[in-house]
Amino acid sequence: MTLAQERPTIDFGWIADNLDEIAEATLDHLTLTAIAVTAGLVLSVALSLVALRWRGTYAPITWFTGVLYTIPSIALFTFLVPIFGLRSILTAEIALVSYTLLILIRNIVAGIRGVPAGVVEASRGLGMTTRRIFTDVQVPLALPAIVAGVRVAAVTTIGLVTLTVLVGQGGYGVFILRGIRRQFLTEALVGTLGSVILAVVVDTALVRLQRVVSPWARAGR
Amino acid sequence: MGEGRKVSEFFGQVVAWLTDPANWSGSRGVPGLLRAHVGLTVAALAAACVLSLPLAVYLGHRHRGGLLAISVVNIGRALPSFGVIGVMFPITLAFALIRSPLGYWATLVAMVVLAMPPMFVNAYTGVSAADPALVEAARGMGMTESQTLRRVELPLALPLVMAGIRTAAVAVVATVTLGAWVGYNTLGTYIFVGFAQQDDVMVFVGGLAVAILAVLTEVGLGGVERMTAWGPARRRRSVD
Amino acid sequence: MIRLHEVGKMFPGAAAPAVDRLSLDIEEGELVTLVGPSGCGKTTTLKMINRLIEPSTGVIEVGGRDVTSLEPHVLRRGIGYVIQQVGLFPHRTVRENIGTVPGLIGWDEPRISQRVDELAELVGLDQELLDRYPTELSGGQQQRVGVARALGADPPVLLMDEPFGAVDPIVRARLQGEFLDLQRRLDKTVVFVTHDIDEAVMLGDRTAILNVGGILEQYDTPERILAAPANEFVASFLGSERGLRRLGLRPVSSVTPVQGPVIDISADVSTAHDVMQRHGVEWVGLTDGGRLLGWVPMSEIGDDLATARPRPFLVTLTPTDSLRRALDAVVTGHAQMAVVVDEGVYQGMIDVAKIAAEITG
Repeated sequence: MTLAQERPTIDFGWIADNLDEIAEATLDHLTLTAIAVTAGLVLSVALSLVALRWRGTYAPITWFTGVLYTIPSIALFTFLVPIFGLRSILTAEIALVSYTLLILIRNIVAGIRGVPAGVVEASRGLGMTTRRIFTDVQVPLALPAIVAGVRVAAVTTIGLVTLTVLVGQGGYGVFILRGIRRQFLTEALVGTLGSVILAVVVDTALVRLQRVVSPWARAGR
Repeated sequence: MGEGRKVSEFFGQVVAWLTDPANWSGSRGVPGLLRAHVGLTVAALAAACVLSLPLAVYLGHRHRGGLLAISVVNIGRALPSFGVIGVMFPITLAFALIRSPLGYWATLVAMVVLAMPPMFVNAYTGVSAADPALVEAARGMGMTESQTLRRVELPLALPLVMAGIRTAAVAVVATVTLGAWVGYNTLGTYIFVGFAQQDDVMVFVGGLAVAILAVLTEVGLGGVERMTAWGPARRRRSVD
Repeated sequence: MIRLHEVGKMFPGAAAPAVDRLSLDIEEGELVTLVGPSGCGKTTTLKMINRLIEPSTGVIEVGGRDVTSLEPHVLRRGIGYVIQQVGLFPHRTVRENIGTVPGLIGWDEPRISQRVDELAELVGLDQELLDRYPTELSGGQQQRVGVARALGADPPVLLMDEPFGAVDPIVRARLQGEFLDLQRRLDKTVVFVTHDIDEAVMLGDRTAILNVGGILEQYDTPERILAAPANEFVASFLGSERGLRRLGLRPVSSVTPVQGPVIDISADVSTAHDVMQRHGVEWVGLTDGGRLLGWVPMSEIGDDLATARPRPFLVTLTPTDSLRRALDAVVTGHAQMAVVVDEGVYQGMIDVAKIAAEITG
């Protein structure tokens, strides 16, 4: 590694010259995130249904996903590389997904369990079936908590996707890694800020979604 | 498994690596890297404590800055540590004084930035959420502001403060790994070198070491946290 | 209309039954209050009627039909249910909340909409509130929506579990009054659980007093329970204010008022002085052809009563007021008597002796 001696400055010319690549990285970053969060959500919903249906399974499920959450993603990459290979998208996605599970399951289960007992009792008393109470009352009322979980999962995943460059994926991590190799501040900065901006944009979009799915949550008080 | 290697063969190689004395001595040996890994983790956590806890406790006591607390967490969550290291690396290299050891300062700054948000928000929440009735009772008994803070709010907040430190510690001990990419030798060095040399045994050993360290940190600090818990000794969930 | 026969409920792991061989008949159009200390199984009993809790033993019939002959959710759609927490759906507007059961049983939109408007009018809910969310309503308004929702598909039976328990006393009194009015118009069969004996005797056509373990101690009209408690438990549950509570159930019209120191404005001044002397008071009430004008102190009576300027009585009773209110008026007024007026027309006065005679007699 040769050490750069000149004062680090931001090279706007480089940014202008590489807009195409930046756009491509943005798309890659978003795609990796979307796949991870979607798959994480599907798995979490399934596991949450199990935890809600059989109460005793909640503790083991959160224990297991808690271990997955604690194991650093980079360590998970290393476990998956021998199985799927260094450049496989599966290596990246499995690590990303396993990080979202705990966040999502906690929020889904807490959201459903947090529906006031009086509301559920009234639903039953009015003659709703258990399935109907779940789909028409519990799920809508849990949506704000669920979307809040998706927000945390999405923002966290966007940050973690920068690491997937280490296992051969694209996204802003490409700029960061190259910036480190060349000690080129501008490139590292583009990768970092790109990831932050993307996180803010996605989070804002999810806040919008939250308002759309729960207009009642803003009413009153 | 690449090239049709069997699982048993792979783990045989892992065991062989682990039992090779050459891998347990010198600056690239497990003890040396572990020391560097943990050393930077502790330094970063200590710096983050000093920088975040006093402000968080003060703001929590005055019930101010709730919005700041939320913003800090959100930005902290969105800021990729790998990126911070990447940005700090060329900057630190430009200053001769903080240039060595290679990559140390860049990694340290990134780790402090990583550790501060969970520490700050947990301490802030713990102090500001102390039962107002208890705080009022303390004032009613004639405690001064600082007595109220020291004897009531802080003890009540302690489990949450500890939860914040635990969350930060687990994150840092995992992420210090990335220091290897800017030349600071940590347990991540095995992963970095292993990737470069396409040696997936070395990569695996590095990942395993980091994973074990993270789990031990989680479990160990979880135990400390339980000791600080008042009332029914239940572990409090970290706010972040 | 509702018949409980030897109904028992034993919860798993409990040492004693929550409800033990309880039999209760409730007539059509009757409002029965279930009251008792905590642990008396009153709520369990109520919830067994719509099968939110399944009885362990015995038979429950609603409208002559065994409740277990229907799917629980089908049964419940035909029975209104109101609870203390109200349990409105926070994610649905007031209109959607009230229309819940009609929607469940498949009414079409226009019909539901019409029914909602009807119910809102019935419980006294402003039209403009219908498109708000429940959290935007006051506690009293929410409770009205809860009642309207329970009446959604016009069920013949209404189950209410401490419906007014969570609102402040002033709102509660108003809701109780409104509910009595509503019940007079609707004539539903109502089972009403409360822990408040005053509420139980005020609302109930009949009151069932339950003891711990779901044992029925007395089941009768509030009047008769207060007059003759069946046993020591009932007497102590009714408390030391039993007599006062009875007064709460009796109207002023049940006693015959006395004339009191009141004369017509056309009378002589000397008559006024006679009357005051006879009653031992220093004031006289004046009427004009039966209409009560007010009272005049002795010192202001000149040569002609017509020139006197009568002052209004601070408290007047109407024949439908309760004797409890009358007693209050008597002891707080300085005249030791209270004036009874029916639509402006003077009826007479009642005093403590008259009221006491009602309790003891």
